[in-house]
Amino acid sequence: MVSPIYRESALKTWSSFMQNAPILLGMLLLISLFITAVPKSLYSSFFTGNLVLDPLLGAVFGSLATGNPLNSYIIGGELLAQGVGLVAITAFILSWVTVGIVQLPAESLMLGKRFSVTRNMVSFLTAIIAAILVVLTLGVLA
Amino acid sequence: MMKQRLLSKWMFFLVVFISYLAAALADTGLVFSALSYTADLLWTVLPVILMVFALIFVSNIILTPQRIVRYMGKGSGIKGWLIAMAGGILSSGPIYMWYPLLSDLREKGMKPSLIAAFLYNRAVKIPLMPLMIYYFGWAFTLVLAFYMILFSIINGLIVGKLTEVKE
Repeated sequence: MVSPIYRESALKTWSSFMQNAPILLGMLLLISLFITAVPKSLYSSFFTGNLVLDPLLGAVFGSLATGNPLNSYIIGGELLAQGVGLVAITAFILSWVTVGIVQLPAESLMLGKRFSVTRNMVSFLTAIIAAILVVLTLGVLA
Repeated sequence: MMKQRLLSKWMFFLVVFISYLAAALADTGLVFSALSYTADLLWTVLPVILMVFALIFVSNIILTPQRIVRYMGKGSGIKGWLIAMAGGILSSGPIYMWYPLLSDLREKGMKPSLIAAFLYNRAVKIPLMPLMIYYFGWAFTLVLAFYMILFSIINGLIVGKLTEVKE
């Protein structure tokens, strides 16, 4: 005989799974379509070497991009080899994992619109600030 | 309210489905590649999905709303921040797989600022650090990790300030 506590928990978990399944499956499909449609080489073509614009672009592309953070390191490494500034690359890597425009509809539905929009906007701004601080700190340490 | 929320979740799926139909009209090969990628991705994230729902099952038994409030609610203090930050660093898999658990914990009383700190700390991925060191070096990796942890607190505080008061 299964304890009522376990039974109740199993029913709640099943209900939670059924409620979240369309979002999770939708997210997987959306991310796959995005990754397949946008070639990685596209990112490097937008950076111009501008000290102000590049970090902003880095954060914008990082926010729009999605997928495993591993890819952000690989793309970041390629961008660095092509001469793109470290602040822009750091903003790109940071916003890749902390900001999610593609995930925003799913995040809004599960965690609330106000929370999700605020969190993503704050994360976008802090990605740029943190990127500048990382490079400044490295400059001091060097 | 519950029905409306469920309906909006299926609406999201419907929008994605329509996007695929539109993409298929433009490029059928792209859609097949995307579906193949989805199958691979689903296979990869399946253990994380199972882990998340196993955690929801366990949390339903162990974590009562009173306990959530005590450990991660208002007045949880530094302990709450440490739990959220450690949870974010140690959690694996895509960020969106953790939304159901966080949504569940939030309904039980977890502070939005701690949810924000959890999500921000997912940027600190210990298993991926060797690759970051390979591309950018030790100094960059350590300095970046330090700032990511620091900014997770700042991010959580700002998000908390902007969302907790009016909710």
